[in-house]
Amino acid sequence: MIDSSTVTEPVVKLTAKDFQTDQDVRWCPGCGDYSILKQVHTILPQLGLKKEDLVFISGIGCSSRFPYYTDTFGMHSIHGRATAVASGLKATRPELSVWIVTGDGDALSIGGNHFIHLMRRNFDVNVLMFNNQIYGLTKGQYSPTSEVNKITKSTPYGSVDHPFNPIALALGSDATFVARSMDRDPAHLQQMLLQTWKHKGASFLEIYQNCNIYNDQAFELFTEKGTKKMNDLFMVEGQPLIFGNNDEMGIRLDGFTPQVVNLNDGFSKDDLMVHQPKDINKAMILSRLYEMNDSEHHFPKPFGVFYVKDRDTYEDVMNGQVEAALAKMGTGDLDKLLRGKETWTVV
Amino acid sequence: MSTKNFEVLEEVVIKFAGDSGDGMQLTGGQFTNTAALFGNDLGTFPDFPAEIRAPIGTVAGVSGYQLNFGSKEIYTPGDKCDVLVAMNSAALKVNLFNLKKGGIIIANTSGFDLKNLKLSGYDKNPLDDGTLDGYNLIKVDVTRMTREATEDIQLGVKEKDRCKNMFVLGFLYWMFDRPMENTINFITKKFAKQDDVKEANLRALKAGYHYGDTTETFTTRYHVEKAKMEPGTYRNIMGNQALSLGLVAASQKSGLPLFLGAYPITPASDILHELAKFKNFGIRTYQAEDEIAAICSAIGASFGGSLGVTTTSGPGMALKLEAMGLAVMLEIPLVICDIQRGGPSTGLPTKTEQADLLHALYGRNGECPMPVLAARSPADCFDTVLEAARIAIQHMTPVILLSDGYIANGAEPWRFPSGNDLREIKTSFAKPMENGEKFMPYARDEKLARPWAIPGTRGLEHRIGGLEKQNITGNISYEPENHEFMVKLREEKVELVADYIPLQSLDSGPEKGELLVLGWGGTYGSIKASVKELQDEGYKVAHAHLRYLKPFPKNLGELLHNYDKVLVPEINNGQLVKVIRDKFMIPAIPFNKIQGLPIMKAELVNSIKSLLA
Repeated sequence: MIDSSTVTEPVVKLTAKDFQTDQDVRWCPGCGDYSILKQVHTILPQLGLKKEDLVFISGIGCSSRFPYYTDTFGMHSIHGRATAVASGLKATRPELSVWIVTGDGDALSIGGNHFIHLMRRNFDVNVLMFNNQIYGLTKGQYSPTSEVNKITKSTPYGSVDHPFNPIALALGSDATFVARSMDRDPAHLQQMLLQTWKHKGASFLEIYQNCNIYNDQAFELFTEKGTKKMNDLFMVEGQPLIFGNNDEMGIRLDGFTPQVVNLNDGFSKDDLMVHQPKDINKAMILSRLYEMNDSEHHFPKPFGVFYVKDRDTYEDVMNGQVEAALAKMGTGDLDKLLRGKETWTVV
Repeated sequence: MSTKNFEVLEEVVIKFAGDSGDGMQLTGGQFTNTAALFGNDLGTFPDFPAEIRAPIGTVAGVSGYQLNFGSKEIYTPGDKCDVLVAMNSAALKVNLFNLKKGGIIIANTSGFDLKNLKLSGYDKNPLDDGTLDGYNLIKVDVTRMTREATEDIQLGVKEKDRCKNMFVLGFLYWMFDRPMENTINFITKKFAKQDDVKEANLRALKAGYHYGDTTETFTTRYHVEKAKMEPGTYRNIMGNQALSLGLVAASQKSGLPLFLGAYPITPASDILHELAKFKNFGIRTYQAEDEIAAICSAIGASFGGSLGVTTTSGPGMALKLEAMGLAVMLEIPLVICDIQRGGPSTGLPTKTEQADLLHALYGRNGECPMPVLAARSPADCFDTVLEAARIAIQHMTPVILLSDGYIANGAEPWRFPSGNDLREIKTSFAKPMENGEKFMPYARDEKLARPWAIPGTRGLEHRIGGLEKQNITGNISYEPENHEFMVKLREEKVELVADYIPLQSLDSGPEKGELLVLGWGGTYGSIKASVKELQDEGYKVAHAHLRYLKPFPKNLGELLHNYDKVLVPEINNGQLVKVIRDKFMIPAIPFNKIQGLPIMKAELVNSIKSLLA
């Protein structure tokens, strides 16, 4: 895991205020997006980047209004395609810090194809996916992350679709950084945003975001004081996986099977699974942990960095090929190219 | 020594036809290069089956390559063939209808065995039953003689049989009095690391040539003199190749790095293949996950200051439409190349058509104007794409370039320019701003083009997107009057391009009179050849060919009104003719062929004659 304390000092002293635009923010009052916007504006001055070197690209949906409210370069593109637009930009301008702001519908439904390909290609971009498990902008239809049997405007008898697990999908697409946070925990969100940025490669951060109009309290269990401690597992690299009201609960591995144990029942911290985000198998197990809940088991929902891996970025290899060709063949000669291999002259 | 007579011909059309695996494209290509190097004018057209490997010996698996070469000017690959090379009975079956009466058939007899005859649906062998009476049939057991020529080479029968096409090529070189050097060099280079294969191909080639020389069966050889062409240095070029080179030239002359976002699709893929080679020209090619990602990545690259390009064909165009609308709203440069093929849907992937014109002009949601250009011949793809890039960059707009399968895969001699002959494409990015002065991303110049403000430039931070925006500030605006204003402004901006393109000129014929034939795109050669024949016969008929389809050249209306009748030949069900009628209120007459094939000279000539009668 990357130590956020190594973040360099800003070249230019900027504040969160420098990143606000003159546009009125038009999200519904009480929307989780406000907190996310605030945390992003808070961490941006810490990156040591010039404003002009930052680009926010979004698709369509409530979350995708984000660029209008952030005073950097930005593009509010079309539904599902922010990832594709960002790929072309990053390929040609690798020095820019490129951020993709998307939602569960934008990234996983209409943009699902581009999403998985962005991950496997490993462009060095930061994907912030606001997951509210609903279509908000179109006024309340179920989304690809909505739970089964959800009653919405388009599913009055309950939704039929099995939902995506975004973390497992990102891992399955060979993303090199996969993390989860939430709108209601500013400190954790800021920390995750910084780590998302710090990772060189395609970084995927799922952010639970409350839509207080169409899907209120969807994440209440994980965000509210009374229930949070028993239902959230905050993963820290090198530390045993512990949760609970008094940190008395832990996750233990029995072979490949995770178990919840109580440290008051004869288990010690040494018995617990230690969080190792470089281990893809453990990341896979954690990505499915919450799905193992049933009447006999009570697993918490993991937050933090699931997985991180160093792998060459697409743009580095692509541009490396250009440089290698230039080194080997020299700068292309247009006249030679137009002339081709065989010519004849008419006098 | 050969004692045979030479007959001098002005032009010859040869069709090489065989099974997909018979190497007919390569054979035709070699003959083409040799004819070009000799100094003939020429036009070629490959005719592939849609299936990669259809069952051997069936009519579905027949692959053809047509070549028209001559000592006079050649505008098309030719109508009917003078010579048909049939490597098997299926190839004969598919192509016989297109052979001139009395034409030459060179038939590989071992391709007419019982199995082949059955597969191609012949009850009796057409080589023996009188079917081919009236043709000049030359039966050659190519398979057997190729095996004999390569007898002592350590290769399997299958590999030896693969040299059959070289035997045929050698025979044709003898028949048309052409040197073998060019092909010998080609084989030597291609199989430099496989001595046996090289040797077998060389032997087959020479055996074919000597077979002609030593066999008493053939009484005539043919000679086609050099063509009288404009002085200069030429090369042979295919349309997709020329388009690729045009894009490289556009990158060089604008000083912009080129980014191609593409998804493989017939018949556009060769542009991706070509450009992928040119990394030392700073060109980046990106094989995207789909057509939508291809155009979106190009938009991202353009936003960052590259020349963004995407190449596709009809089905891919359909997928890109929404993103084209985004590019229109963003007002950034983008070149979209549509190498048209038969549609709708998957349609005829390997056959040509001009049926995407209305799609290019109107096929997007909302009022979504973009300049549209069309290339008219293989070599013209170079100039037209360069022009498309110039308009895109200088007018800050996406531009559609239409080519088609016929010119993309067709070839012709090209008097290539030198880099210095090509106009610079003046390009400028918005300059940095200091002191907090507010940048206006939708301020406009005299062309109504907005500034190209690329990330990384101090003080230019701004947000753009697909939502309707206010002029000058670029802020989102839902004001009713603003939307109407912006719709008209975007249209006016595209129409203003007409001030920066040449006026429409006549290709040939009288400036006023009874009939103008108005074409666009890949029908150029067919129309030119037809009109020329009529003019030679004394008919007063004129030809104009459009490169700019939106906006039209400013004088087009005036030009059209100089004729009593305007005929619009197209390989579609009547598209330009609709636009012409709508825009200029004249009763333009359609001439349409929708068979996935180019227009034949004979059919157009007849149609024009009936109009003039």
